Amino acid sequence: MERLRRLLRGEQAALVLALLLLCAVLSALTPVFLSAANLKNVLRDASLIAIAGIGMVVVILAGEIDLSAGSSQAVVGILAVLLLNESGSLLLALLGALGAGLLIGLGNGLLVTRAGINSLIATLGSMAILRGGAMVGTQAVSIQGQVEGFTEVGTGHWGPLPIPVVIAALLFLLFYLVLHHTPAGRYLYAVGGNAQAARLAGLPVEKLKLAAFALSGVLAALSAFILASRLNSGQPNAGLGFELQVIAAVVLGGVSLSGGLGTLVGAGLGILILTVLNNGLVLLDVSSFYHDIARGTVIILAVYLDTRRRQARGRV
Amino acid sequence: MEPLVELRGIHKQYPGVYALKGVDFDLRPGEVHALVGENGAGKSTLIKILAGAVSFEQGEYRIEGKPAQIHSPQDAIRRGISVVYQELELAPRLSVAENIFFGRLPSRRGRVLWAQLYRDSALVLEQVGLEVDPETEVARLGIAAQQLVEIARALSCQARVLVMDEPTSALTPSEISRLFGLVRRLREQGTAILYVSHKLQEIFALADRVTVLRDGARVATSGAGELDEARLIGLMVGRPLGEMFSRRHRPGGAPALEVEGLSTARVRDISFQVRAGEIVGFSGLMGAGRTEVARGVLGLDRRLAGRVRVGGEELPPDSCAAARRLGLGLVPEDRRGEGIFPQLGVGHNASIAALEQFSRRGWIEGGREREAVAAQVRRLEVRTPSLGQRISLLSGGNQQKVLIARWLLRQALVVLVVDEPTRGIDVGARAEIYRLLDELAGQGLGLVVISSELPELLGLCDRILVMKGGRITGALERAEATQEKLLALAL
Repeated sequence: MERLRRLLRGEQAALVLALLLLCAVLSALTPVFLSAANLKNVLRDASLIAIAGIGMVVVILAGEIDLSAGSSQAVVGILAVLLLNESGSLLLALLGALGAGLLIGLGNGLLVTRAGINSLIATLGSMAILRGGAMVGTQAVSIQGQVEGFTEVGTGHWGPLPIPVVIAALLFLLFYLVLHHTPAGRYLYAVGGNAQAARLAGLPVEKLKLAAFALSGVLAALSAFILASRLNSGQPNAGLGFELQVIAAVVLGGVSLSGGLGTLVGAGLGILILTVLNNGLVLLDVSSFYHDIARGTVIILAVYLDTRRRQARGRV
Repeated sequence: MEPLVELRGIHKQYPGVYALKGVDFDLRPGEVHALVGENGAGKSTLIKILAGAVSFEQGEYRIEGKPAQIHSPQDAIRRGISVVYQELELAPRLSVAENIFFGRLPSRRGRVLWAQLYRDSALVLEQVGLEVDPETEVARLGIAAQQLVEIARALSCQARVLVMDEPTSALTPSEISRLFGLVRRLREQGTAILYVSHKLQEIFALADRVTVLRDGARVATSGAGELDEARLIGLMVGRPLGEMFSRRHRPGGAPALEVEGLSTARVRDISFQVRAGEIVGFSGLMGAGRTEVARGVLGLDRRLAGRVRVGGEELPPDSCAAARRLGLGLVPEDRRGEGIFPQLGVGHNASIAALEQFSRRGWIEGGREREAVAAQVRRLEVRTPSLGQRISLLSGGNQQKVLIARWLLRQALVVLVVDEPTRGIDVGARAEIYRLLDELAGQGLGLVVISSELPELLGLCDRILVMKGGRITGALERAEATQEKLLALAL
């Protein structure tokens, strides 16, 4: 009850309101928006951001950032389709994709925790390297999937719901519990809030950060696998700008870039707002160039709100 | 005499906290007016209102008898009101001169007149009695000198009112007496000085008048001569205070902490032992290496040589996690920077080092956690509206208690190292913390207390080790230790 009241009073109420308002405006502008098919589309799009977004939330809570999530969409998608075409096994392709994501995440994490490179720079570097690698490896040509049933992952249904939506929802629930009801989750907030104090309290700061990056890598890979399945291909330019969408969405949802502050619930709302906005622009037939402008505006707005919130707290 | 600055009936509320409830306060030219009160009494808020850094809901701000509009620190500075805050606000990479005239560099057509800047700076530096080249980088100065630079900055703004917030908390005795000399000189020149300190001797040494705040209200303003220490403490805490130190000496038990030949980049060949139930103190001047011993023991600074055993078990170098597991806890000197998690609640701050104890199969059992935390919060008398209250909103004393609770929650705790246990903590809470440390020793915990306050060490410790230049220069048993002997070993 107390929790519910806090929820209604806090920032999240504002996010819910913004989401409802956006939906109301869009449904007034175009009747298609509220159709079952379109809403399902929105959720399907949101689930891709959401799956990678969970990893991003964890990394940002730990006081770091991961810019490589977009490029890994390309690399992992291509690897998955190659593996699939070679072996014909969906499971092997999935494991390969997740394994690749784990390696990317560990690489980022080691650059940050062992080499001591600022995570913004380290993952900016790996983002460029991965994108370049994807282009070089494929001669900039997409690789088509040749195994039947692959597209089922991204486009199929479990019951009434698209499979990616179910996966995203389950992961959200799982990580909600992990963040709030396990020592590791609590440590994450502590490490992001004050790393020095966390170290003195005997928390494994470096290990937690490494694990956060590894998790972000794996979840980005899972979303890459689903994307490849939806497209039935591995594309070297897949996920361009994806990392910014993810970051914008979770920051909009109140996850603070300074670390140690934010919730998955908020991040989920931020993701929905951003996806509905994208969807609306498509429905209204706005040129895709304007999408970039809208996205950029949302990013700036999100960070502005984050700054304002931080200042508001600083005053107390 | 007409007051220079006067606050009348000031009310200030923060979310959840009624910080000031109709406080009257005034400062006359040429007086040192001390402001005292426990943490959370409203001193900082009052200072910030004087400085224009926070607004107030009700009341009046008057300068020389006329209502004044002070809405920002710039307004206050323009009217000659300057604050030297507890945390120094200097740009460490800039020169002394640039810091003094920060934002007001003498210039012509957009070009800084360096020669004039250095000349003017030299003049103000002479006023405060600081002999350094104005071109020196501030980061290369000691804390005392940096403080003088801040005062010089205030004087260069033609300050008629100087607010000093805990100015001596990081100074050595000789630096303090120099600072006092400066304060007295400024008073003779007609400056009004608001002096905030927890150290009562300082107040009786300096102040002409004393105002006591308690729970956001003014309980008294009177001449310093009409008060004595006991009465002043009584006014601050609202009840007579028992004995400050209630240490009961007991023979020590098994070795809790054994350090042999520990060396790091900053300390050399440190050996000592703490038995269960013992309180061992570390004394020495600033920079003598006291805090660095704690850092070396925990592995925060790289261990170059030596061994550390906690409860008889070897502590591997470079691992705070191992230290926690073996039962060694540290309550750091820099509470805000290294102790608290400012965005988390009181409860989560307290339980963070003991979460495994409340977990089953990897999941925290919230009920058990809350129960244990609530029990410690009650036992330590932490004053907080709820366990969910953000810790950064508590007073320093209460934050300190939460940090102690953090380690007490660990069942396996063998040794607790407390660095400057009462820094920035008011008299009432101090006595409580001393009592608590004594009680913990009584329960068989080994305690290390690092402190720059000699009375604190003399009152608390069974044995005091004195450091100088990164080495232990002597050890004094409780019965033989005196301030003079400690100082002789430290100098």
